[in-house]
Amino acid sequence: MEIVQIVGFGLTAALLIALIRPRAPQIALLLSLFAGVALFVLIVHKVSTVIGAMEHLAGAANIDRMFVQTIFKIVGIAYIAEFGAQIVRDAGESALAGKIELAGKVLIMVLAVPILTSVVETVLRVLQ
Amino acid sequence: MGLDLSAIFQIAGIGVLVAVIHTVLRQSGKEEFAHWATLTGFVVILFMVIHYIGQLFNEIMDVFRLH
Repeated sequence: MEIVQIVGFGLTAALLIALIRPRAPQIALLLSLFAGVALFVLIVHKVSTVIGAMEHLAGAANIDRMFVQTIFKIVGIAYIAEFGAQIVRDAGESALAGKIELAGKVLIMVLAVPILTSVVETVLRVLQ
Repeated sequence: MGLDLSAIFQIAGIGVLVAVIHTVLRQSGKEEFAHWATLTGFVVILFMVIHYIGQLFNEIMDVFRLH
């Protein structure tokens, strides 16, 4: 049961952070950052199997690899941006966290442009 | 890669140690040294954590093919 392990790890980390925060708040922040990273690595590892399966399905359905990879990239950017924004918000800089989220959204928009143009081109071709 | 419980206790231990050193030095009137001790502890832990963050980003790059 991996979830027991994860919850136990989270509880231990939370206790230690609560212990340290009044004495050394900077180190408490680093501790929470480390705990977040450790949990995230574990989860990302699990996601890789799902991604592999989805890539296989997309290959079987003859979908252009470019589209599938763009979707993976978007999901990856969303995860990283969310992670960074949460850590920064934890450190009390919610304005900076908002900027990180904005950057993530803009990067996702940039990645989505090729898909959007290809959709529009397809529609135009059908209409002609 | 499993969960690294030992690392989290290590970081917490350094944190408590630094806090104690900070308190002792401040009590004995060496305010300046107390700040340097805190900063040193912070940098040491920062290096440990940066190592793990780099690992995380590499992992994410691999999983989502972000190269």
